[in-house]
Amino acid sequence: MNEPVLPPIGMLAELTHRCPLQCAYCSNPVELLKANREMDTAGWLSLFEQAADLGVLQVHLSGGEPTLRPDLEELIACLARRGVYTNLITAGVGIADGRIEAWAEAGLDHIQLSFQGAFAATTEKIGNSRGAHEKKLETARRVRAAGLPLTINAPIHRHNMEEVPDFIELALSLGAERLEIANVQYAGWALLNRKALMPEREAVERQVQIVEEAQERLRGIMTIDFVTPDYFAIYPKPCMGGWARDAFMVAPDGTVLPCHAAGTIKSLHFERFGDWSLSRIWHESSAFNAFRGTSWMQEPCRSCERQEIDWGGCRCQAMAIAGDAAATDPACIKSPLHARMGALINEAISTKTADTTPDAFTYRRIGRVTEPRAFQNGSI
Amino acid sequence: MTEASRVRAVVSMQSRPILKSHTRLQYDRVREAWALLSPERVFWPNEVSLDILRLCDGRHSVALMISLLADQYAADEAEIAPDVTGFLQEWSDKFLVTL
Repeated sequence: MNEPVLPPIGMLAELTHRCPLQCAYCSNPVELLKANREMDTAGWLSLFEQAADLGVLQVHLSGGEPTLRPDLEELIACLARRGVYTNLITAGVGIADGRIEAWAEAGLDHIQLSFQGAFAATTEKIGNSRGAHEKKLETARRVRAAGLPLTINAPIHRHNMEEVPDFIELALSLGAERLEIANVQYAGWALLNRKALMPEREAVERQVQIVEEAQERLRGIMTIDFVTPDYFAIYPKPCMGGWARDAFMVAPDGTVLPCHAAGTIKSLHFERFGDWSLSRIWHESSAFNAFRGTSWMQEPCRSCERQEIDWGGCRCQAMAIAGDAAATDPACIKSPLHARMGALINEAISTKTADTTPDAFTYRRIGRVTEPRAFQNGSI
Repeated sequence: MTEASRVRAVVSMQSRPILKSHTRLQYDRVREAWALLSPERVFWPNEVSLDILRLCDGRHSVALMISLLADQYAADEAEIAPDVTGFLQEWSDKFLVTL
């Protein structure tokens, strides 16, 4: 590394892997951590203090479902005291009375609420949770009543892509400032469920038209951020704004990673906060330095004029599809493996049954391997 | 809780712009620069932008803002007016300022 390492701006804090929903598109790792592996309150508070010292300006409180942490108010208050912008990313089901007001009081800046469908039946099917849609609508109303700004997040895939116009109407009717139409990225559980989630090319093209028209029509009324699907792309996204360039994430047990799927790159070793300080991890961790800047790049990235636009794309996607984390992201048309993306789309579509219900989903669950009965009953 | 307004706001001399509640303008001691924080992005306004944003408090009308800025920069009001209104319209469309 020749360039100086600049301080990070953003941090994604996955406070827990526990979640009341079981969405098959989740980008959490397939091996989810149980509650007893989660970092305690003092650990998170210390991490947030160090993050603020290091220059972090924004923290996204996520999971799993971050509101399952009873210490959330305390964590928000700590960040607010340090002037860090706090964004709570929630599924919005089962939030106890008074808590949203308590977060606002603690200094929360913004809430991002996910909807799995624009209609109740879709939300329930995708999240495998009855009554979830009504609870989310109620959460949205309570967020607005508490005076907090609201973004609606719609993770898009084959089973709800046709509802994009309805998501737009839903976000407007809830008084949201912002809507994220985010095509799912195939990491973690989503990668496991790729065949069941992959949309058809024509549906993607229709979606792009609908969103671009709505962005123009709603200019100055509601912001629509559009995360396009990688497999249908020509150039890759600058994943995380470049590896270890201005953002990082922390897993529930305090492991610090350059991105949420980085654990799939088995050749890398990640440090845990507490064993190392955050500053030392940011500057010295071999995992953070592995793909920083451009010197690690192979061809075609090495001589590409876009290398500081997309930073080679997603390392985890390169790992998953090219089998080499240092390869060009196959989403790029210049990658020798770009055709494999198209082949994966065709393969998913050709194995699709006539029935559009997502029966093939492997729903997200902690500890899919059943534990011995004696432990479950606590009778050992 | 009300539905979002479905009409795009257009800047006028009578508008009293105010920063949106989901944004925060603050000084970053690590980078020694002013930052405007919003849900997904951080903006680094230059000196002129900063002087405009500081007046976005819901009390100053656009006409008054232009007059104050003209004083500050020893410039002609008519000359800077299109820049100021253009800036405010753009920031309103980006959902950072309410007109």
